[in-house]
Amino acid sequence: MLDDFFSRALVAGIGVALVAGPLGCFIVWRRMAYFGDTMAHSALLGVALSFLLGTNLTAGVFLVAALVAVALLLLQRHGALSADALLGILSHSTLAIGLVMLAFMSWVRIDLMGFLFGDILAVSKLDIALVYGGGALVLAVLALLWRPLLAGTVSPELAEAEGLRPERARVAFMLLMAAVIAIAMKIVGILLITSLLIIPAAAARRFAATPEQMAVLAAIIGAIAVGGGLFGSLAWNTPSGPSIVVAALVLFLASLLPVRELLARRAASDKGWQP
Amino acid sequence: MTKAEAKTLVELAGAGIRRDGRWLVRNVDMRVRQGEIVTLIGPNGSGKSTTAKMATGVLRPSEGRAMRAPSLTVGYVPQKLAIDWTLPLTVERLMRLTGSHPAVAVESALDEVGIAHLRTAQVQNLSGGEFQRALLARAMIGRPDLLVLDEPVQGVDFTGEVAMYDLIRRLRDRTGCGILLISHDLHVVMAETDTVICLNGHVCCSGTPDTVTASPEYIRLFGARAAETLAVYRHNHDHTHLPDGRVRHADGSVTDDCRPDDGHHHHAGHAHAHHHDHDHDHGHSHGHHHGRDGRPAARGADA
Repeated sequence: MLDDFFSRALVAGIGVALVAGPLGCFIVWRRMAYFGDTMAHSALLGVALSFLLGTNLTAGVFLVAALVAVALLLLQRHGALSADALLGILSHSTLAIGLVMLAFMSWVRIDLMGFLFGDILAVSKLDIALVYGGGALVLAVLALLWRPLLAGTVSPELAEAEGLRPERARVAFMLLMAAVIAIAMKIVGILLITSLLIIPAAAARRFAATPEQMAVLAAIIGAIAVGGGLFGSLAWNTPSGPSIVVAALVLFLASLLPVRELLARRAASDKGWQP
Repeated sequence: MTKAEAKTLVELAGAGIRRDGRWLVRNVDMRVRQGEIVTLIGPNGSGKSTTAKMATGVLRPSEGRAMRAPSLTVGYVPQKLAIDWTLPLTVERLMRLTGSHPAVAVESALDEVGIAHLRTAQVQNLSGGEFQRALLARAMIGRPDLLVLDEPVQGVDFTGEVAMYDLIRRLRDRTGCGILLISHDLHVVMAETDTVICLNGHVCCSGTPDTVTASPEYIRLFGARAAETLAVYRHNHDHTHLPDGRVRHADGSVTDDCRPDDGHHHHAGHAHAHHHDHDHDHGHSHGHHHGRDGRPAARGADA
């Protein structure tokens, strides 16, 4: 079945969504959406550097995103600028440097739109292996980090006092984010990766009672969004990456509908009560 | 087993933390034994939390020593905790935040603090008092050797404060854990407190509190039940910390630092004055900008 480009896209996209959901929950809980965006934007710098040095694209993107995360950590600790301003500077300057570098390299012919917005329909079997192999590794590490990471999200002082080392978990989590960005870049593109991390997690919130439920639900909602987006892009001939994001948004908006309240009201009116 | 023989859980000796060229806290001597309650008091920024962090091992002292009993387990109740709405967390799940515990243990921990009926409630929906109790249950569920409470009665009304101290005492009596309690209230402390340590960048003074029961005036103010739970820590300071970080002593001199050995302090037993009713013969009372001298009376009105 993987001989068909559409099935390959579907399998790869769902693989990315399954990893992005749980990881995205932490990004939402820890209010790191802009942080994730900044790391994702730096991926283009990673692409440009990989072309310049002739190295592996995925490895280059991972390394640059990880370096940007470390730079942010250090600048936040010692810098005079606010975290918000630092993120704004790094986010757009890494993207701009990447674009400028690619323009200088006249010998490189690349599909820039594919990097920015994803090129899911060009996914190869090797890409699928990378998504599932890398994704499984990311999920395994996340499972190991789960307790210190969650305790550190609730209260770093508490986690530290009880010996959980939340700071180490936080740094490791950033490396996981860099890995997911490198893996997902081809599927949804640099500019849209954060949405696949955040929107399914946000959509899952209302239906979850515990962090673990939310993580599983986010993975499922993300997979549904990938499926819906891809079929939509096939039906209406729309770009696949943006279609996936639109599908995720639709699911998020649906999650906001006061379904429970409406059901309760209907039940009440059936019994002849006036609200 | 008497207190003197009880196992020492943590001990700080001349411990201090220096950050960015400034001493956050310095020269702290402190010891918490099994079953003992030590209360740290002092104004904001006086180094209470920093001292507690040295005790739990989160911070390594820049000078002096911090010693902990081997394989010491700590239960911690943080000062402020705002859980983001996006994080779904039931009380039951909160209990398992830093370790896994069977359902029976969760049930009994919640029962002990009186919120067993809130087991499946979302923590964001709890009232301030309920949330504090949930945090206390969470800290106790792992049966810690040392319980560290950072301003546990903050934002709790007077009746709630008495009930909370009551609960803390019961937990201590049952489990025999040592308790390190941080309070910003400079005058009223938990009656069971064995040692009060008053910090302001260093140990200003330390000793035992007077029980409220000893004073009919306070019984009238607090009520008999509160009088068993709360105690008054009477202390006057012999020096003032100026806004620029320098120190003005009772004799009118100003120095850059505040060290017990700088000759400006009268009481030799600065760190370990046992009988603690040291109204020094200085012309001024309580010069620490605390502005809380009228606190007991105001408290009485609240109740």
